Amino acid sequence: MTREREMVPEAEFRSYYGQPVIKPPVWHEPHMPTYLYLGGLSGASSVMGAAARLSGYGRLARTAGVTAALGATAGAVFLVAELGRPERFLNMLRVFKPTSPMSMGSWILAVHSGLTAVAAASEVAGARPVSRPAVARPAFRVTGARPASRPAARPVSRVAGYLPSAVAAVLPLAGGAASLIAGVATGPLMATYTAVLLADTAVPAWHEAHRELPFMFAGSALASAGAAGMLATPRAEAGPARAVAVLGAAVETAAGAVLERRLGLAGEPYHQGKAGRRMRAARVLTAGGGLLATVAGRSRALTALSGLALTAGSLLVRFGVLEAGRASAADPKYTVVPQRRRLAAGEPASLPPPARTWP
Amino acid sequence: MTERMGFFTDTSVCIGCKACEVACKEWNDVPDDGFVFRATSYDNTGSLGASTWRHVAFIEELSRVPAGPGQSGDGGSEGIEGWLMSSDVCKHCTHAACLDVCPTGALFRTEFGTVVVQADVCNGCGYCVPACPYGVIDRRERDGRAFKCTMCYDRQLGGLEPACAKACPTDSIQFGPLEELRTRAEERVERLHEEGRPQARLYGASPGDGVGGAGAFFLLLADPEVYGLPPDPVVTTRDLPTMWRWAAGAALSLVGAVAVSFLGRG
Repeated sequence: MTREREMVPEAEFRSYYGQPVIKPPVWHEPHMPTYLYLGGLSGASSVMGAAARLSGYGRLARTAGVTAALGATAGAVFLVAELGRPERFLNMLRVFKPTSPMSMGSWILAVHSGLTAVAAASEVAGARPVSRPAVARPAFRVTGARPASRPAARPVSRVAGYLPSAVAAVLPLAGGAASLIAGVATGPLMATYTAVLLADTAVPAWHEAHRELPFMFAGSALASAGAAGMLATPRAEAGPARAVAVLGAAVETAAGAVLERRLGLAGEPYHQGKAGRRMRAARVLTAGGGLLATVAGRSRALTALSGLALTAGSLLVRFGVLEAGRASAADPKYTVVPQRRRLAAGEPASLPPPARTWP
Repeated sequence: MTERMGFFTDTSVCIGCKACEVACKEWNDVPDDGFVFRATSYDNTGSLGASTWRHVAFIEELSRVPAGPGQSGDGGSEGIEGWLMSSDVCKHCTHAACLDVCPTGALFRTEFGTVVVQADVCNGCGYCVPACPYGVIDRRERDGRAFKCTMCYDRQLGGLEPACAKACPTDSIQFGPLEELRTRAEERVERLHEEGRPQARLYGASPGDGVGGAGAFFLLLADPEVYGLPPDPVVTTRDLPTMWRWAAGAALSLVGAVAVSFLGRG
């Protein structure tokens, strides 16, 4: 095997006038990477929001819930901008197609934005307590958890006072349920499906990274959600958000390091040229922001600095990944050389013969 | 009409006349490519795309320089030993990545076993474009939708052969039932080998390859990458279950990380 590999040196390969073999992704900047960022932010925020609800962190639950809803809505706007017209997003929902990560993603986004909207509405409606008797309690609560800012008998807010009484009665229950479902189902998927979306292409830098990309995106999503949580929540309640940010930054950094180590030639675009600059900047911002978050508890300025660095890092890593994909599609080397090596090693790609005949 | 139909493109008899490119454009009403001179060879269309459904590659084989362009140094002084010409087209894969990943169902499998985009359903998401391991399908930017070869679905419905095959003056492009074409192609390769051209080989003909066999396959006289074709393409969705598993692992880790962040604080 070693001998055969030597027959295909890295720099030498034949191509058609140096032209790319595959087509580069047609997705636009900043629409697509911003959508990837917002999707991750929304997904991880909804997980954080559900956890905060369950453990009685009222303020954090509210900011995370609102962030999740805003992130999903803004993400949908960027996705529509990428597609060109709003109907095109609705067209995506005409079919449910498990072989298409884009189709699954459209459904995940649609369900997730609905759930987070309901969850956020219940949070906002319950935001400003006024003196009126309590209606309903949240559907679930971890016993023994800290009550935090939420008093035992939860009064209806001023906002809720304007709602029809039926809605006001149902909203807390529905909000709790929606928050829980978004937190355990659509949120985590929202933050990671985009990695499958990119990996399920012929773009070598994406396809070969199908193990690391989900972790990189999940880490990045956690870092951005933690950053938003610590930026928008009073210090006393921002502890878990800081922990989320630190863990997210660690996961993203580790996944990035594994990616570069494992991918070899296909990983080259991640550290060369424009993509390389973006990835390096993203790593510095994420790692720096994560380290700052560990000590940011005492200082408002440090919290702000850490939150902004993590946000910028999380955004930049999506721009970097998109650019790396584009670079790896543009150079025929990344398509031809690994396939040549595979053939030289006597391991051609194969599939079982087609199950169906053509009627 | 129960047979799978296909193209067999025998590049050993292609004369590079581009009649296929023109016939395809005329029949399918495909817009022009913008008259770009690439200054690399006589090939000015360059590659398959949204508005180029047949593309004739011109490979200048420079004397004593086996490698492709860019490595040939001063090509002018060395002279051209010969030309390789090949009319490329959508492969109509048995396992078609473009069809698999299309989120709207705009791409479908016809009764002839070919892969066609329905322009009135295509949403312009562009996902099929990087999914194709051959770099065939593309989005027409002014239009916003994706286009590629239909193997003249309309003509096939009328019992006619596709326009490119009809127009080809040397029968380099042959159309017919795929099984029949494969047999014919193997005979042709054998004959070329006997005639002292051992480099002749079939590309995309094996049903066991990475795309489950192509509905449009080729007889080549050099390595596939010389023609701009991937040497060993794989349908991208082959690894989709693995990808979802890794994503699920990452999603669970995300929930775990959040849970850990809240633990011990209550």
